Amino acid sequence: MTFQGWLLIIAFVAILLVLTKPLGKWMYALYAGERTPLHRILGPVEAGLYRLSGIDPNEEQGWRRYAVHMLIFNVVLLLFTYAILRLQGVLPGNPLGYAGVGSDGAFNTAISFTTNTNWQWYSGEATLSNLSQMLGLTIHNFLSAATGIALAFALFRGFARREMKTIGNFWADVTRITLYLLLPICVVYAIFLIANGVPQTLAGSVDISTLEGVKQTLALGPVASQEAIKMLGTNGGGFFNANSAHPFENPNAVTNLVQMLSIFAIGFGLTWTFGKAVGNQRQGWAILAAMATIFLAGVTVTYWQEAAGNPILHQLGAAGGNMEGKEVRFGIAASSLFAVVTTAASCGAVNAMHDSFTALGGMIPLLNIQLGEVVIGGVGAGIYGFLLFAILAVFVAGLMVGRTPEYVGKKIEAREVKLAVLAIAVLPLIILGGTAIASVTEAGLAGPLNKGPHGFSEILYGFTSAVGNNGSAFAGLTAGTPFYNGMLGVAMWLGRFFVIIPMLAIAGGLAAKKYTPATAGSFPTTGLLWTGLLIGIVLIVGGLTFLPSLALGPIADHLAMINGQLF
Amino acid sequence: MNKDIISSLRPALVMTLLFAALLGLAYPLALTGLGQALFPSQANGSLVEENGKIVGSTVVGQAFTSDRYFNTRPSAAGKGYDGLASSGSNLGPTSQALADRVKGDVAKLSETAPGANVPPDLVTTSASGLDPDISPEAAFYQVDRIAKARGIDPAAVRGLVERSVEGPILGFLGEPRVNVFELNRRLDAFGAKPAA
Repeated sequence: MTFQGWLLIIAFVAILLVLTKPLGKWMYALYAGERTPLHRILGPVEAGLYRLSGIDPNEEQGWRRYAVHMLIFNVVLLLFTYAILRLQGVLPGNPLGYAGVGSDGAFNTAISFTTNTNWQWYSGEATLSNLSQMLGLTIHNFLSAATGIALAFALFRGFARREMKTIGNFWADVTRITLYLLLPICVVYAIFLIANGVPQTLAGSVDISTLEGVKQTLALGPVASQEAIKMLGTNGGGFFNANSAHPFENPNAVTNLVQMLSIFAIGFGLTWTFGKAVGNQRQGWAILAAMATIFLAGVTVTYWQEAAGNPILHQLGAAGGNMEGKEVRFGIAASSLFAVVTTAASCGAVNAMHDSFTALGGMIPLLNIQLGEVVIGGVGAGIYGFLLFAILAVFVAGLMVGRTPEYVGKKIEAREVKLAVLAIAVLPLIILGGTAIASVTEAGLAGPLNKGPHGFSEILYGFTSAVGNNGSAFAGLTAGTPFYNGMLGVAMWLGRFFVIIPMLAIAGGLAAKKYTPATAGSFPTTGLLWTGLLIGIVLIVGGLTFLPSLALGPIADHLAMINGQLF
Repeated sequence: MNKDIISSLRPALVMTLLFAALLGLAYPLALTGLGQALFPSQANGSLVEENGKIVGSTVVGQAFTSDRYFNTRPSAAGKGYDGLASSGSNLGPTSQALADRVKGDVAKLSETAPGANVPPDLVTTSASGLDPDISPEAAFYQVDRIAKARGIDPAAVRGLVERSVEGPILGFLGEPRVNVFELNRRLDAFGAKPAA
């Protein structure tokens, strides 16, 4: 570990803290339906979208209608992308002449991008046409992100509203977030990326005659426009197979820093928006403090392990930190930080290959996803996931002091706790169940590249990433088979909507409750004690479930590594 | 419930088409126009032309394996630096295949520079398989071999490397590195062109 490395980590967090309030404020305006300066330009576009699709943006929806409209929209988007991928061979915008994607592959990818997972069984530059990347995938990068933030808004309204039956209008939320938040930032962001060397062209490739006289063909395409929303929307699906490690996606240390910042920026901002929505900024800061603590602990472990390197390679004469699967321009520090950021949020973009990390260095990304990606988390999904943990935390605190728990002015009763437990408990069941099935079936065992405990880690990481809607991988796993495409496709769908539906039910129930002002007897949900309790609940409830599986994978791998045992 | 589903159908279908046009076509195409107008070189891959031929990109790495050039890192992209198949090795820390590969590469490199410590980036594959850079140590490590192959003064080659090292931006952003393509172009410009 170096001084410069820590300087990067500190600068990263400091810049985010500066961005938190302005972004949070901007999103609060969208949450509350207020006018922004951008309405002058984009207001007519918004109105046009509503008019053509017959939407009344002022129609208030109850949680069931909000959920149904969200779900149907997602299903239609999914079918749209499935069709684009299947028909790729006969559609225009296909300079390299790629054939249509097979049924299991298109099924997996359509779900993957609809659910904000962006798990990729395929290699982008060798499978997808430019049109498929733009029309089939980029729209999901926007809309799955907008859906996540809209759902967070719906839950905020549940806490903020008093004795009301409704939680907002899904269409208005999604449209405003897309037009006034994601799109404008992405236009500026993409131009910045192009200026730094990220291609933006409709050409498919270029042939080079290298200095040594060999032919090299470089894949090109409309990369920058997809890259911007891929990061900002915590989607993570790369234009190229190597994702943000590819020099065309992430050419230098400055683009790398901006990419990391853009993964976390909206997540940080939403904690402020939440505080403002419930009328107490300290509620938002308490959540952010708990998230940031877990995050920094993870960064420390991964950075320490990667900088220490692999003793097996040291023995062979390659001293120093672990550079297998890392780019020279990023080095150990920026690769370690990126890995923890991308898995703490549900992004899944990578600038180094997690599969080649040291055993414990690679365990932290895995554990981050297993905790439910509530450490900052995906845009929207992070904070609504975290608020489910907050509900459990006040419940536990309530049990200890023996009174009905309250959170930000709402009584938390049996219904909320049951639904929160449902949302939180189903995920480990699918992750561990799926891993177990893959570990004992021939089709499942055909997947891993590595042998021994690391091979098991590859399977575990795959199911964890799918259910957590992360999308990063221990990429040695050959996932482009009907078995994995099918299993992981279903896992991604359940992982997304099995949290969302109970969460919306909670939002609807909370909105109907009356305001319960805090009294001297209420458990305080700001301050150090509360932050500590939140961290404890996340680690115990989220983490403990997975300890046995981690022992079989990364921990066994670590013990083998320090003893020089090879597989 | 049924009423909710029916009321959702028109917005869901129409919004899908409208957003597809806006986000899937208008947005990337407008940016393609802007990018091509404002930064045409970068938008097309930062390509370098020499004598009417495209010889490389300053952003993406290409394979250098001969003794006369600074060599790039081992690559897991296709058969090496395949621009249509970016990839890391994905070999884990306890992989026998990784240990065997590193052992072989260390042995091969050690012959060219006996006694010196092998820089780790020269025996590890990058994440993309298209890494354009090597560390300054990895460049200095190759100086004597190149000077011998080209029959030029090692001090001059070392001077070329020193002038090619890029430091971290603002002192902490990024690692010290050498762009191999640009360094090798300087090398060609300095000495005689290698035999074709």
